[in-house]
Amino acid sequence: MKHIISPTDLTVSELNELLELSEEIITAPKRFAQVCQGKKLATLFYEPSTRTRLSFEAAMLNLGGSILGFSSADSSSAAKGESVADTIRVISSYADICAIRHPKEGAPLVASHFSSIPVINAGDGGHNHPTQTFTDLLTIKNLKGRLNNLCVGFCGDLKFGRTVHSLIHALTRYEGIKFVLISPEELRIPNYIREELIAANIPFEEVRSLDDVIAGLDILYMTRVQKERFFNEEDYIRLKDIYILDHKKMANANKDMLVLHPLPRVNEIAPEVDDDPRAVYFKQAEFGVYVRMALIMKLLEVEKDA
Amino acid sequence: MLNIGGLNQGIVIDHIKAGGAMKIYSYLDLENKDVSVAIIKNAKSNKMGKKDIIKIEGTMEDIDLDILGALDHRITINVIKDGVIVDKKFPTLPERVTNILKCRNPRCITTVEPGIVHTFKLTDSRNGVYRCLYCEQSFDRR
Ligand SMILES: [Zn+2]
Repeated sequence: MKHIISPTDLTVSELNELLELSEEIITAPKRFAQVCQGKKLATLFYEPSTRTRLSFEAAMLNLGGSILGFSSADSSSAAKGESVADTIRVISSYADICAIRHPKEGAPLVASHFSSIPVINAGDGGHNHPTQTFTDLLTIKNLKGRLNNLCVGFCGDLKFGRTVHSLIHALTRYEGIKFVLISPEELRIPNYIREELIAANIPFEEVRSLDDVIAGLDILYMTRVQKERFFNEEDYIRLKDIYILDHKKMANANKDMLVLHPLPRVNEIAPEVDDDPRAVYFKQAEFGVYVRMALIMKLLEVEKDA
Repeated sequence: MLNIGGLNQGIVIDHIKAGGAMKIYSYLDLENKDVSVAIIKNAKSNKMGKKDIIKIEGTMEDIDLDILGALDHRITINVIKDGVIVDKKFPTLPERVTNILKCRNPRCITTVEPGIVHTFKLTDSRNGVYRCLYCEQSFDRR
């Protein structure tokens, strides 16, 4: 039995298998409509995240399985002070697989130590969110046709953005990747990631202006600048609008550059960009369901043609 | 040469990073052990500039020296018998440390989960870095 707690819990070849299965699902979703019949997914959401929870639930329903769970800590036994360990022991007898989201870092790992069913980390504080990373990789692989030889730009909050850190980490496992890290001085990537890139000899540059570099990018990964990351209102207002992507900036980009965003966006991408064929963030959300379908299948070890 | 003046039977924990003695004192729970302890802070050291030293007189059987490696991997442990150094020990870095160090990351599950086994793993043996198994934050020795 396997758990998915961190994106690197899958080797590159396991990850490739996962993405291949996801692409099979994209081509013929109907073929998979019954494969998890009789199986149950428990979604244990100790903090609300409607988007992620619905994506997991849609994935299981698409596979013909059923779902149960809770979506905030105060409606659950956690409110009565039950430990994660005890909760998962009980849930293990109700469901076949579970997705857990928790505000505390490491909670899904604790769950996996006491679980008799596969545990998927659906986000633990600012720590890991592996299915978001798998979603991002699937989007790039499916729409670009490859995960190697890419110039990938990350723009916005690169200091606190967990999705950014984990996608950078995941992409370093492929050949010919170059990173362009676009952020204000205050929100540059943390040192440990910079050191990791230097140690692995992976080319990257850190710049402040999106305009200067957008023409050279194959992928532009936009991120939200979160208000709660700032100590004062002034800093937030000064920084939040610096990197707004609009038609004018898009005009300088390659005709086949892709714009990704983990969503929800605030105002870092102007709505006018939504109609641009290069804007694939809604497609990306859709791919999130497919990759979760594939992951559930892999963890439950169900056959394609069951 | 280390001055072990007055110490007949016991150990001298030398080359403690300056300022670190009290931490080791409390982790070894010397307060509640039947030994006499002398702490020397900010001693001059050729190698380190400044260092702390702990001298412990008495039987050392129930003191867990293994955890010292996790707390400060540069220390030296001198075993004293009849007023002379009979053994020098350099603490090894255990791969895992359980229920000794506690994670200081307020966002970590270990701060709220009842009955959790506090676990740190060695992630960088050259620099003696330990990270919390759950949140991966490194243990700050200060
Ligand atoms: Zn921790």
